[in-house]
Amino acid sequence: MATPELLNLGFEFVEIFAFIVLATVGLAVIFGMMGIINLAHGEFILVGAYATSFAVAAGLPLAVAMAVGVVATAAFGLVLERLIIRRLYGRLLDSMVVTWGISLVMIQLTRIAFGNTAPGVGIPFGQLPVVDGPVYYLVLAVVAVGVLGGLYALFTWTDFGVRARATMQDEETARSMGVDTDQMYMSTFAIGSGLAGLAGALYAPVMTVTPEYGTSFLVESFVAVVVGGSSVLLGTILASGFLGTVNAAFTNIAGTFMGQVAMLVAAIVAIRLMPDGITGLLSDLREKWGESE
Amino acid sequence: MSIGSSDGLLAGLRRPFEGPNTMGNTPGFWLGFVAAVAVLAALPALFGYYAAEIGAVFLAYALLGVSLAFIWGYCGILSFGQVAFFGIGGYAFGVVAINVPTLTGATLGLLAAVAVSTLVAAALGYFMFYGGVRDVYVTILTLVVALVLYTFMGQTAGGEWAIGDARLGGFNGMSGVPDLGIGIGSIGLEIGIVGHYYVTLGALAATYLGLRALVNSRFGYAMVATREDESRTEMFGYNTTFIKFAVFTIGGAIAGLSGVLFTTQNNYIDPSVFGITAAALPVVWASVGGRTSLLGTVGAALAIQFVDYQLALSGSEWALVIIGSLLVFVVLVMPEGVAPRLRDLVVDYRSSEPTPADAPAGTEEVSD
Repeated sequence: MATPELLNLGFEFVEIFAFIVLATVGLAVIFGMMGIINLAHGEFILVGAYATSFAVAAGLPLAVAMAVGVVATAAFGLVLERLIIRRLYGRLLDSMVVTWGISLVMIQLTRIAFGNTAPGVGIPFGQLPVVDGPVYYLVLAVVAVGVLGGLYALFTWTDFGVRARATMQDEETARSMGVDTDQMYMSTFAIGSGLAGLAGALYAPVMTVTPEYGTSFLVESFVAVVVGGSSVLLGTILASGFLGTVNAAFTNIAGTFMGQVAMLVAAIVAIRLMPDGITGLLSDLREKWGESE
Repeated sequence: MSIGSSDGLLAGLRRPFEGPNTMGNTPGFWLGFVAAVAVLAALPALFGYYAAEIGAVFLAYALLGVSLAFIWGYCGILSFGQVAFFGIGGYAFGVVAINVPTLTGATLGLLAAVAVSTLVAAALGYFMFYGGVRDVYVTILTLVVALVLYTFMGQTAGGEWAIGDARLGGFNGMSGVPDLGIGIGSIGLEIGIVGHYYVTLGALAATYLGLRALVNSRFGYAMVATREDESRTEMFGYNTTFIKFAVFTIGGAIAGLSGVLFTTQNNYIDPSVFGITAAALPVVWASVGGRTSLLGTVGAALAIQFVDYQLALSGSEWALVIIGSLLVFVVLVMPEGVAPRLRDLVVDYRSSEPTPADAPAGTEEVSD
């Protein structure tokens, strides 16, 4: 009996871990690199999900439809950045309030324009033989790891990544070195938006797409970003692992609801103990060890 | 900051409520204030019972808005979970008053609700500020607390989720919450619909005056200093951690009171008061009205909720679109909010007039 139970627990962990990673990366890129708190993140996810659903309904194959969702959200983010967000760099709390307003508008406009549900998308690939769950969740986990790897490669190995990071660290210096910082902000925001769209597209087959679809991602993503701290990739991985473990363990013991409450409580305690997040704690430790050497 | 030219008694009365941290330190402002309270007090007489019923809810919201403007605008703590204390106050009153179905219950319920929301705010404030949680992390943490309550209260539908006779009721909410009342047993004052309106108006006016006095006291100066530059304030010997903790707790107490006034008016409360949309409303009011203006926040809360109500009545789906756009517009165009902007306009207008007699009073004039 022990083995299938263990497998189930592992599967649950993989499922939750993938969900938190995919829900979080877009937000983490925008928050960690640009200092914009995007409370409309859930609604960016919503754009991706709606675009995917309608593309599927229009007869496109699922993978292509998902690509449409990502591109549509990235384009949407780009427009929003040009119109509104670029006035908010360096105004952390204002960015929160403004994106909140954007979120309210988007939810309601979606409801007015498309009614209360989008066309359904079926879950591909069928059921897993051993544990109780669809194969698709494993695909999501693979994509989540792939996204993290891709982002790492993009921001450390490419010219673009170096320029983008330079802009975020010291805008003045970067500009004087010939980096078009305005364009860096714009493209980073578009990347973050596209990642949000990817989450929406990937989860469109699994969760019913309604105008409130985005809010079911919001809590996990915010909690993970805050617990993770300012270092985007490492923070996302560690926070997703930590929160995913807590959530999966308590879901297994006491049900889905207690899993979520336990995760939120764990997050509150984690922020109390590590005000700068996990990566903040790590860099403190690194400094301490560096000094003692 | 009092103006010596006006009559001595009036100036003496005004003095505790005036200072550099509030707008409207002139006789004209106070005349306007009295007139506004009088107009609000006359509403039930003019428009009847129904206006009192609806108006009391708006006034309770305004009180919630004031609690946020106080901690955000004056001390720089943006609590996105101010509704947590609002809801805790409402639920706590319901639990006590349903279990003790006499006037004793209503009295105890009021006391218990304010006590519980104050204690929860104190506990959370202690946890955050003494634990070194700062800035945006405070904001997100408070939002998460409200969302935890939302998730938790939403699943209390089962019969086992009852405290005495009070069933929490999950997403269906807790119904049958008694009216407000003061007394012991059956002796005392039952507060009906119109009475409730006046109690809420009184609570709002008293809180406004009390907070005005507080922000213009030495403690108020220390609050504003903490908002402006925390480390420097600390270096001057102020305990900024305690200041933030105290301010957050006071804000929680006021929000709890507003929750009681809201719940007793509807005789009902449900978990949606903890939801994300509800959590955003106080932030919307304070941003639009002007978070450094208590009165601006009150005005914005009343106006926005009134428009929202009218739109809902007319069956329009556009209320949230309009509120959301308003929020974006105000923060982009008037980052300080409407009331401080109006004040600046008035000051500009006055200082452009060539009469120097007006100049000393002009700097503190307000128009709302």
